[in-house]
Amino acid sequence: MDRAATADRIAALIAPFNKKGVAISDETTFAGDLEFDSLTVMDFVAAIEDEFDIIISMNQQAEIETWGQLVDAVVKLRG
Amino acid sequence: MQDLFSKFDPLIQQRETLLATGVTDPFSLVMERVISPTVAICNGRETILLGTYNYMGMTFDPDVIAAGKQALDEFGSGTTGSRVLNGTYAGHRAVEDALKEFYGMDHAMVFSTGYQANLGIISTMAGKGDYIVLDIDSHASIWDGCKMGDAEVVPFRHNDIEAMDKRLKRIPEGAGKLVVLEGVYSMLGDIAPLKEMIAVAKANGAMVLVDEAHSMGFIGPNGRGVAEDQGVLDEVDFVIGTFSKSVGTVGGFCVSNHPKFEILRLVCRPYVFTASLPPSVVATAATSIRKLMHGADKRAHLWENSRTLHKELTDLGFQLGTSEPQSAIIAVIMPDLERGALMWEALLREGLYVNLARPPATPAGMTLLRCSLCAEHSAEQVQTIIERFARAGKTAGII
Repeated sequence: MDRAATADRIAALIAPFNKKGVAISDETTFAGDLEFDSLTVMDFVAAIEDEFDIIISMNQQAEIETWGQLVDAVVKLRG
Repeated sequence: MQDLFSKFDPLIQQRETLLATGVTDPFSLVMERVISPTVAICNGRETILLGTYNYMGMTFDPDVIAAGKQALDEFGSGTTGSRVLNGTYAGHRAVEDALKEFYGMDHAMVFSTGYQANLGIISTMAGKGDYIVLDIDSHASIWDGCKMGDAEVVPFRHNDIEAMDKRLKRIPEGAGKLVVLEGVYSMLGDIAPLKEMIAVAKANGAMVLVDEAHSMGFIGPNGRGVAEDQGVLDEVDFVIGTFSKSVGTVGGFCVSNHPKFEILRLVCRPYVFTASLPPSVVATAATSIRKLMHGADKRAHLWENSRTLHKELTDLGFQLGTSEPQSAIIAVIMPDLERGALMWEALLREGLYVNLARPPATPAGMTLLRCSLCAEHSAEQVQTIIERFARAGKTAGII
């Protein structure tokens, strides 16, 4: 699956967590722009993990600050 | 120069805003005198203690005190040494023997605090390429143990068996797996479905560590904790515990039947690179642990206290962390930090001390008034506690 298709599938998952309807680009940050707290991060990550049948460990999450980095990480984890 | 403290500004601001309302600082209370496991003098006022984790009330047990005094006289005030150098005295071996007997396990390793027990065991056992799968509501010492080690850390939603199973199944073939659970979660006082969770962990080939800090001494037929109560203690690879709750002093431990367990004494840095517990502390701990083996009557009274307080607070209209009493912790949910602090202060004025707990220690951003009951609380004291809650709840506008 290519990057754009992966991004679309993740975009479908973020809606319930993006309460303020922030416009998403590759530079959008989870902590800053989307104001995700730790519980929201866990639920959002769990949704992605279930959708793609992958694990995104906390060690990997620590490297992911933006939407673009998340999409890249998921593409890579799916191999 | 960039001030390294500027990162704390939001917290400093929040604190100043709270104190500006005139409320007593809930995080700088001093116990001026301690009368018993359940009563102290705070701000010159006799206060019932309902936030100490002193579940079995061992802190003033005459045998425990006598053992500590004798050890002070015979072994001095401290060891000034690591357990692996000059810091292992007869008392350290004796308390490890008491733990092995208490849990019916082959090995016991005592740390200087419970925090260090989790820090040391978790960070040492799970290394690079291994996976730690843990409950999101785990204690700070578990998280810090994960952070200190090199393993991949994978959390799952609190007590969610299916979420845990899914994550375990996605771990790459051949990787080492450690599942970390707690018997009682201390913020809401709820217990884990260990029987089901441990079965899932084992089916996925994981080792299991259970922190029983808040259950030792009174949950389970022999007070061994929630795993014993649910009949699965045999399936637990490592039990973590503390001396600073039911045992009534300070220190931490890990007990296990793993045949290679003893090697941890040489490779676990929070065990090696710190001074061992003072002789008086291990003597009080050993005496207390041996008395806890025969504490069935006290356990029954503590459960009675927990059930009474839970029912009466529910009837008064307070919102509690669990719908039925699951442990000796009763968490009263406050609408926000401001009213939580107000209620906390109103209780203190009534002569009742509880813990004010707030984020990030609490789940889901909750502010809690956490009550921990003691086997030494009399039935009359529990009635007094309920009356004080009723009055303070009205004063603070909670009920």
